[in-house]
Amino acid sequence: MSDRFETHEHDVLIIGAGGAGLRAAIEALGQGASVGVVCKSLLGKAHTVMAEGGIAAAMANVDAADDWRTHFRDTMRGGKMLNNWRMAQIHAQEAPDCVRELEHWGALFDRTDNGQILQRAFGGHTYKRLCHVGDRTGLEMIRTLQDRGVQMGFDVYMECTVTRLLKDGDRVAGAFGYWREQGRFVVFKAKSVVIATGGIGKAWPITSNSWEYTGDGMALAYEAGAALMDMEFVQFHPTGMVWPPGVQGILVTEAVRGEGGILRNKTGERFMERYDPQRMELSTRDVVARAIYTEVREGRGTEHGGAYLDISHKPAEYVKRKLPSMYHQFLELADVDITKRPMEVGPTCHYMMGGIRVDAETAQSTLSGLFAAGEAAAGLHGANRLGGNSLSDLLVFGRRAGLAAAKHASSTPAPSVDSAQIDQAERDALEPFQRKDGESPYAVHRDLQDSMQKLVGIFRNKEDLQRSLGEIDKLKQRLKRISVEGSRLYNPGWHLALDLKSMLAVSEAVALSALAREESRGAHSRIDFQNLDPAWGARNNIIGREGEAMRLRQEKVLETPGELKQILAEGK
Amino acid sequence: MAEAILQIFRGDAKGGAAKECRVPMAPGMVVLDALHYVQAHQIPDLAVRWNCKAGKCGSCSAEVNGRPRLTCKTRMDALPLDKPITIFPMKSFPVIKDLVTDVSWNFRINKKIPPFQPRPGADWKIEQKDVDRVQEFRKCIECFLCQNVCHVLREHDKKEEFGGPRFFVRVAGLEMHPMDGASRAGLLRKELGIGLCNITKCCTEVCPEDIHITDNAIIPLKERVVDEFYDPLLMLVRKIRGVKQSQD
Ligand SMILES: Cc1cc2nc3c(=O)[nH]c(=O)nc-3n(C[C@H](O)[C@H](O)[C@H](O)COP(=O)(O)OP(=O)(O)OC[C@H]3O[C@@H](n4cnc5c(N)ncnc54)[C@H](O)[C@@H]3O)c2cc1C
Ligand code: SF4
Ligand code: SF4
Ligand code: FES
Repeated sequence: MSDRFETHEHDVLIIGAGGAGLRAAIEALGQGASVGVVCKSLLGKAHTVMAEGGIAAAMANVDAADDWRTHFRDTMRGGKMLNNWRMAQIHAQEAPDCVRELEHWGALFDRTDNGQILQRAFGGHTYKRLCHVGDRTGLEMIRTLQDRGVQMGFDVYMECTVTRLLKDGDRVAGAFGYWREQGRFVVFKAKSVVIATGGIGKAWPITSNSWEYTGDGMALAYEAGAALMDMEFVQFHPTGMVWPPGVQGILVTEAVRGEGGILRNKTGERFMERYDPQRMELSTRDVVARAIYTEVREGRGTEHGGAYLDISHKPAEYVKRKLPSMYHQFLELADVDITKRPMEVGPTCHYMMGGIRVDAETAQSTLSGLFAAGEAAAGLHGANRLGGNSLSDLLVFGRRAGLAAAKHASSTPAPSVDSAQIDQAERDALEPFQRKDGESPYAVHRDLQDSMQKLVGIFRNKEDLQRSLGEIDKLKQRLKRISVEGSRLYNPGWHLALDLKSMLAVSEAVALSALAREESRGAHSRIDFQNLDPAWGARNNIIGREGEAMRLRQEKVLETPGELKQILAEGK
Repeated sequence: MAEAILQIFRGDAKGGAAKECRVPMAPGMVVLDALHYVQAHQIPDLAVRWNCKAGKCGSCSAEVNGRPRLTCKTRMDALPLDKPITIFPMKSFPVIKDLVTDVSWNFRINKKIPPFQPRPGADWKIEQKDVDRVQEFRKCIECFLCQNVCHVLREHDKKEEFGGPRFFVRVAGLEMHPMDGASRAGLLRKELGIGLCNITKCCTEVCPEDIHITDNAIIPLKERVVDEFYDPLLMLVRKIRGVKQSQD
């Protein structure tokens, strides 16, 4: 073990302090494990803080007919049956208890008249199912988890980025990273590592995601030899802001539609009647996003290339109470009073259904000792995620990952790490400083985003996808010529240069998987293969590493057992 | 296209000075957009903290033209463009680099606050009006702008004796939680030094979440401290009845 670096040892190391990471940490602590949590930002700033609409859980507080079976069915149908059925079942069954537990830890939700947790309607959910607090559910969730974790006593390493997983033979042994503030390196030794690093939206220019969403966790797992799955399924949320330019992509919560918001094109037509007359605005996200995109492409878009979303028919006080952040967001950033005028909205890159392939019961990846939960993991959502199913995913599988990681740690001897891996990680991280007058990381990032937006967007075709792989190859070459200016002290140019490596790896996995899947399913729409293909419906795309090359193969989707098939066949 | 002139602080713990940059204006542009433009085109290692760019995470705090603000919510077209716009780090916290400050003190204070503790036998039936009452405090995004302006911290640097408005808001969110049964009056009085606050309301003025920090959190908490220490009987009655919102 190299002792040149600051070193910390834990039973369980958790990478990511969003809902999934914090929930995992709490569970592992409860098992008596020593737990370290690493995150790129300050504690409490992870993406989860931004979640607005709510947590999906079949509590049946508003619609008494709801139960886990219906939630299971909705999730599988939303995911176009590509989901891991067992994850969908566990999720639907355990979500209500996870929400109650959160409440007992101090989270406060909006209430029904008889004092229970209030639930609202959301796209693709048969019943009113989303537990919420106004439109800042994620903030309530992250504060509750954060405070509980802090009191239970985890060690938090904030503003610290992991750039490499360390291994001991075939199992994971820890991680290598740098402190963003001072630029010093740090080594973590751990028996179990949980990846809870969230998504990949920053590979696209128009996105609801923050700078953190560079796909690090997936890239780290891939590099270490774990399998990724379903990488072609990138969710474009139908309603992001489109104007003014600086706010393009910022999310307009689905709760606007949940509360009765109506979509219209520039002629005033309620166009969802043509795309999904039954569910209208509350159709699944893939359908609504494609509808808006199509309206715009066919010349019926608004002035700034979007659709109108109108909630002004509701009483102003109601709108301000149920959607306070949306009200302020539009007033302050776009000069629009949404209680009086419609918003302009368009699709924005939002959520990654694919990710690290995990076991449903334990959230363990295909690499021993490496676990994954939350947006970084794949399986629960299949080809398309329903709104609200992410926050519940974080609680249900965060808990399971923490539990399994702690158990694994208790039955495993301490790993050892050879210093060669660490030396290599250090060299890789410092490389951009060795060159002078090379490429700017900002320019390479911009070009990657442009290429992903143009070639790997909502509608895809073979030619574009092939071209995108060529572009990614060129960008990889340019990455090798990047140089950064300044010192290691809080240097965003350097940070971006390192993040780009992850972004390029996940972008390649997305393009490769999208090219292979010659059909349209959920969030993956091929212009050249517009229909569902049952053969593809039985296959997941799996990405793995062979030497330096990325390899794609297919595996059969897990067969849903008979009694659950029955549930899927019921209902409309 | 119109141009804006920025004076951005460049420096670290050892000191620094403003650097002038010019950025082209775009419709609806916010200060954080301008800083990103500078990073991409002029100063690649300009240190800026941000996350959501939507006013939700409280990462991007700085002093714009001398006023503490979230840079992602400060519109360029709301600032006078005939003179340079100054962008400086929060003054009450040590500078790490450029606009990034060391706010770790806040996390240490937070640790001292006893967590939510459900009242024994609580049945978890809660009325909406009781949720609404504490909502305000739980909206806090921890931007620390209130900490930055409060003179007890800014001018007098009493970080050892005083918790600051952010943590009065947090305590209020716990104390007025309809199910909470703990008392934090002793903590408020001693460790958090609520007595040092002389109700200047500067914190309330800068809060981007419009939390009425002074009127709705600090003053009721001060009363609670007085009650508990000088009228323990009244406090006991309240605890037993579970009526914690006795101010209204
Ligand atoms: C605007 C918005 C609104 C949303 N609203 C809803 C909603 O209403 N309901 C719902 O169910 N879902 C919603 N979602 C989706 C949901 O919020 C996210 O999918 C979810 O919060 C992800 O949580 P997570 O725990 O997986 O990751 P995150 O909360 O994103 O946390 C990731 C963590 O990993 C850390 N990290 C990443 N890379 C590294 C690295 N290399 N080294 C160290 N640390 C690292 C980050 O710093 C961060 O702490 C919304 C998403 C957005 C963007
Ligand atoms: S009201 Fe009190 S806490 Fe707020 S700024 Fe003034 S002295 Fe500080
Ligand atoms: S109370 Fe307001 S100003 Fe203070 S940290 Fe919270 S949001 Fe920021
Ligand atoms: S970046 Fe999140 S509040 Fe400004």
